[in-house]
Amino acid sequence: MTTLRVNGQELDLDIPDDMPLLWALRDVVGLTGTKFGCGVALCGACTVHLDGRPIRSCITPVASVVGKSVTTIEAIGDTPSGKKIQEAWLGIEVVQCGYCQSGQIMSAAALIENNPNPTDAEIDAAMSGNICRCGTYPRIRAAIKLASQSA
Amino acid sequence: MGLARLLNPTNDRKDGFSIGISRRAFLVTSAAAGGGMLVGFYLPQLGRAEAAPTSADLFTPNAFIRIRPDNSVTLVMPQVEMGQGTYTSMSMLIAEELEVDLAQVTLEAAPPDDKLYANPLTGFQVTGGSTSVMAYWEPLRRAGATARVMLIAAAANDWSVNPQSCRAEKGAVVDPATGRRLKYGELADAAAKLPVPDKVALKDPKDFTLIGTPAKRIDTPDKVNGKAQFGIDAIVPGMKIAAVAACPVFGGKLVNVDDSKAMVIKGVRQVVRLDDAVAVVGDHMWAAMQGLAALDIDWDDGPNANVSTASIVEQMEIASQKEGVVAHKEGDIAKGMTDSARKVEAVYEVPFLAHAAMEPMNCTVHVREDGCNIWVGNQVVSRAQAAAAQVTGLPPEKVQVHNHLIGGGFGRRLDVDGITQAVVIAKQVDGPVKVIWSREEDIQHDVYKPYFFDRMAAGLDANGAPIAWHHRITGSSVWARWLPPTFKNGFDPDTIEGAKPPYELPNILLDYVRHEPPGLTTGNWRGVGPTHNIFVVESFIDELAAAAKKDPVEYRRGLLGKSPRVLGALNLAAEKAGWGQPLAPGLGRGVSVQLAMGTYLSQIAEVEVSKDGEVSVRRVVCALDCGMVVNPDTIAAQIEGGIIFGISAALWGEITLKNGRVEQNNFNDYRVLRINETPLIEVHLVKSTEAPGGIGEPGTIGIAPAMTNAIFALTGKRIRKLPIKDQLRPV
Repeated sequence: MTTLRVNGQELDLDIPDDMPLLWALRDVVGLTGTKFGCGVALCGACTVHLDGRPIRSCITPVASVVGKSVTTIEAIGDTPSGKKIQEAWLGIEVVQCGYCQSGQIMSAAALIENNPNPTDAEIDAAMSGNICRCGTYPRIRAAIKLASQSA
Repeated sequence: MGLARLLNPTNDRKDGFSIGISRRAFLVTSAAAGGGMLVGFYLPQLGRAEAAPTSADLFTPNAFIRIRPDNSVTLVMPQVEMGQGTYTSMSMLIAEELEVDLAQVTLEAAPPDDKLYANPLTGFQVTGGSTSVMAYWEPLRRAGATARVMLIAAAANDWSVNPQSCRAEKGAVVDPATGRRLKYGELADAAAKLPVPDKVALKDPKDFTLIGTPAKRIDTPDKVNGKAQFGIDAIVPGMKIAAVAACPVFGGKLVNVDDSKAMVIKGVRQVVRLDDAVAVVGDHMWAAMQGLAALDIDWDDGPNANVSTASIVEQMEIASQKEGVVAHKEGDIAKGMTDSARKVEAVYEVPFLAHAAMEPMNCTVHVREDGCNIWVGNQVVSRAQAAAAQVTGLPPEKVQVHNHLIGGGFGRRLDVDGITQAVVIAKQVDGPVKVIWSREEDIQHDVYKPYFFDRMAAGLDANGAPIAWHHRITGSSVWARWLPPTFKNGFDPDTIEGAKPPYELPNILLDYVRHEPPGLTTGNWRGVGPTHNIFVVESFIDELAAAAKKDPVEYRRGLLGKSPRVLGALNLAAEKAGWGQPLAPGLGRGVSVQLAMGTYLSQIAEVEVSKDGEVSVRRVVCALDCGMVVNPDTIAAQIEGGIIFGISAALWGEITLKNGRVEQNNFNDYRVLRINETPLIEVHLVKSTEAPGGIGEPGTIGIAPAMTNAIFALTGKRIRKLPIKDQLRPV
């Protein structure tokens, strides 16, 4: 049995050590907010937080997160940074299809948590691992700026 | 324009597109489509067997509105939501006339039903071709108004007053004389007993309180907190998950599978063999993926084993040398060429493209003796149902399709190949199974935007104005496969869409050589025909401007006298971009214009080229005239997004084949734009009271030529083949 701490809850799961966290979350725990986009950490759709830092869950084996705290999109709104990001996202109407946005929000929340006033270059660098095919990038930039201003 | 052309084949306006959804035209149209829409709109209240829940207290004046005594207002969405904001714009159209707040409504996806939910512009149930607002602009407002009139009548009856003295607002009918009000829920029962009126007046657009405002989208709150359910998120009790590999060569077959190593992996349940694919079914995706990787598969590569892009293009070039079928002509091209002072010729090529939506193809299916359930995100819900019915042998009404939010359509999900495959797999599985394609599978088994090989020739007069224009298109007809009735006299309307220039030209010839590439399937890709043709037209007109030694904007201006709305967009773009004013050093500027999908648009792109030949787009100014607007914020978002989608393709997009196999795999070698590569984008709207045009695709259509024209302005190098990629790298 593998014990994972997800969104503040201890979960005992009968899963292999090498199972990527993404599939444990989606298929075993039933938290489908974290998405599958590429399977090789190129697109960022699978981004979750591990002890507050953004990681790509599609390539992170569950064994490596045991004893640490996993936060997903379903709970990020309970954090001040996550809440600010979600409000800015809706305020600017960032979202189109929405499939990439869980990952975008998780990356953005981690950015402003660790860097409350990021520059344009810092925003671009932190977010360049998250692909959006709908092209919401201009609004993502504006929303992160808005969120970092709402101190 | 594409799909919107289908039921309105004649233009009654010289500058191109006329939607003409007048009341009479609409009824005529629906009669032509078999009378289905009439039934869909004017569902008799009694004796109705089909459509949705029937219960004594349900008020359903038409297929789109359900009001219950508990005051719930449910709107049934005929068009799917894939990011273009249709759930909100369709709701706004109804809500404006129904007099409800968007906060008061809940939404349901329409079930498969080509009678009730056929797209009024196409005659069948489809979301695509930028048609949603154009198609439903009048019908949904009419649906809302009809319901409102009946609710007011019910209240007026109850109060014994003249209905003219009553008013509807925010989900209730008010009697201003006394202040009394009855909520729609309280009126549902009585309204359901009234006859549905034939003629109701619609609001004058100047009285709109919702349409034309940037209303907040209904679907987005659940998309920022993980709650939104895409097809891939469907959870069905007892569901297993399958990973699938189809033969890497199109047309190949499965010969043998050694599954011994797969079956011993914990969580792997079953290996399913198809004619041309193999699937591993497991308790979770990880088991399924590992099982698939552990298979030893023998494929018979089949007849396309030696197909390569080089061989396809070689064949296409040979085919392009013969005369095609004449798709359009004006004047006398031979005389025009003879009379010209100077000729310009060029060959243009655009590559195969994948869609690469963020949500990989997937479909969840449960096949039983007595029925079939499908959970999927798809743009053609009735075709999804029909595909499953065909595979299972069940009658269509026994196939239930739960259509989900879509994580990117772009035309990919206009095809049901993934659904067909999933049903074939599910027939061999006990219980529900969710089939998910890997990203590699998604890229390698796409329906690709076709490769086109275009021959251009123009004759210029002594002043450099074009007097003869010949465009020969060689390539696949997507609609010959996807919508066969539209392929007539050797061509279809989509393949040539956008090839007729908006410019005043006395002698024009458009001819088409159909050439179907072996080894892959072609499909609809954002902007469809216009994305291909307008790249060619706007690049070639730019070549003519250069040959005439004229400014590219000035040259176009001189030829748009008969196209005032195109000219209007061009002038606004030029003004906002500061065309003619000096640019910062190292930047080049290029322009394109278009009429496509009922929308008149011009883009001006500023690009930079590094010393290594890397092209980056720094700024795009877009001006558009899309007629009356439902949600102006959605207009801006669709243009921004469409442009970014087009930039990716123009810079790097290409699918190539070697030994019958698609060479690209994932986002490492099918490169797409990231946030740090994204330009500043400015969108300017021409205020208009004309009928609405489409918005989902126009942004994508004109960006490539604006970019390549900018590259020419900066470097003197003319890009005639996409993608731009390494073409500017110093040799």
